[in-house]
Amino acid sequence: MTMLALSGRVVEASARVYRRTWRGSVISTFFNPILYLLAMGVGLGQLVDDGTGSTTLAIPYLTFLAPGLLAATAMMTGAGDASWPVMAGIKWRKTYDAILATPVGVPELVVGHLSWVGIRLLFVTVVYSGVMTAFGATTIAQGALAIPPALLTGLGFAAIITAYTARLKDEQGLAALFRFAIMPLFLFSGTFFPLSQLPGWIQPAAYATPLFHGVSLCRGLALGTDFAVHPMYSITYLLAMLILGTLLAIRLMGRRLIT
Amino acid sequence: MTDALVDARNLRKEFGELVAVDGIDFEVRAGEAFGFLGPNGAGKSSTMKMIGSVSPRTDGDLRVLGKDPNEHGQEIRAQLGVIPQEDNLDLELTVYENLLIYGRYFGMSRKVINERIDELLTFTQLDERRHSRVEPLSGGMKRRLTIARGLINTPKLLLLDEPTTGLDPQARHLLWDRLYRLKQEGVTLIITTHYMDEAEQLCDRLVIMDKGRIVTEGSPRDLIEQHSRREVLEMRFAVGTQEEYAGRLKGLAPRVEILPDRVLLYTDDADATADAVAAQGIVPESTVSRRSTLEDVFLRLTGRTLVE
Repeated sequence: MTMLALSGRVVEASARVYRRTWRGSVISTFFNPILYLLAMGVGLGQLVDDGTGSTTLAIPYLTFLAPGLLAATAMMTGAGDASWPVMAGIKWRKTYDAILATPVGVPELVVGHLSWVGIRLLFVTVVYSGVMTAFGATTIAQGALAIPPALLTGLGFAAIITAYTARLKDEQGLAALFRFAIMPLFLFSGTFFPLSQLPGWIQPAAYATPLFHGVSLCRGLALGTDFAVHPMYSITYLLAMLILGTLLAIRLMGRRLIT
Repeated sequence: MTDALVDARNLRKEFGELVAVDGIDFEVRAGEAFGFLGPNGAGKSSTMKMIGSVSPRTDGDLRVLGKDPNEHGQEIRAQLGVIPQEDNLDLELTVYENLLIYGRYFGMSRKVINERIDELLTFTQLDERRHSRVEPLSGGMKRRLTIARGLINTPKLLLLDEPTTGLDPQARHLLWDRLYRLKQEGVTLIITTHYMDEAEQLCDRLVIMDKGRIVTEGSPRDLIEQHSRREVLEMRFAVGTQEEYAGRLKGLAPRVEILPDRVLLYTDDADATADAVAAQGIVPESTVSRRSTLEDVFLRLTGRTLVE
């Protein structure tokens, strides 16, 4: 069997497990973004639009926020799927050991896992894009255009975090990841407010973060407005993150599991 | 190199400073049940992982099914069945689904897998659990499912790492019976265990490992003959009197071992030795005569110190 076919078998198995476990994750993947849209977009948005906020934002706050949340949701999904489930495979359940005792090797395992995360991301971003349209933040066509960059963002995070998880001894490292990396990125990557609102000295750091590029692409495409930074930079950044992250994940997973 | 299914020459495995396997030689022939016996940390599991082609050797030579695992790991794994020490099943899935996804990893078609699953569920007596989720199953059932999973690709060589550790006696005996049948069907088994009775029940040939080395090799019977005597007479004495008698027991049997709570006399004829003891006027509180077991060999060769 070719590498691709074997990776496909890993996807198949993941789908089967998901069929039995999706209920547990449905709240966090589908309802949380909707709650954010309601609370921030509609609730807070009214304050923003009525106040001085509207002088810096040419569009309603909900419209501004929704595509940013699409990218952020993709990041969260990718990060979530690359952390606890991967730790379970490596350490808690040791299901990865069972897989590696078959013709499936580490590269097929990692590529299969990331492909499955890609499929999950597709579900999540399609649903979210529909919700965004229902809230009137974008049109169907433009909402669909924002799906590929959101997918790329989620996959880039999934790849790099799989590599990170492969090195972790225990779940404390995962808690730290979400507390000190994912949460700050969520808040300060232009999802909730334009980066121009940040103090000048910190702006370059925010431009260097991956989520900023995901947000810039999603917002530009969903709203048909100017991109915060040239899209070629963003696409290159996220693609590089995906490719290098995958290679790194294969290497570190091999070091962890093939001892 | 021979036509053995597994052939190891001066096989070594180091983890940094730690030498897990310290240059061992062994051969596993087609159709036999071969055992690695040894205390914890002897290097059994490391050896199994190298044979299973999921752990590269540090040095030496290894051929599994005639191939070098460093070069042909994937092809070798395609023909192996592996039963790991800890069950690593997908607990959320059903018995059937666990077998199905595993067969798919071997590139098998659904049709072939389904036929195979029917056979294996009957073989492991899990028919009625076909559609049960795995999580609530008993330890013995999970173990049997792990074995069924390891057999899904009809392997030539089955690797079992501590197959019955943690199981109750009924579950162990059922498992031994299944493994014995596999052997009769011509499947080659490699088993690690620290249970002597398991090794005696299942293995045609075994090696005893200690601290990464092979201490001895042979059939269970050979080993008992070489390193022990046919029978053992165990004597307990009233508290405080053992020391007094123990000295006088020496010379009454080819080998006498004094333990804190009892004295063991290794002999070819326990009854004759018991008579000789009685003739000396030595009266133990209780006497047990039994066949010598691999345990006697094992403890003699690897020492009575507890390894943890």
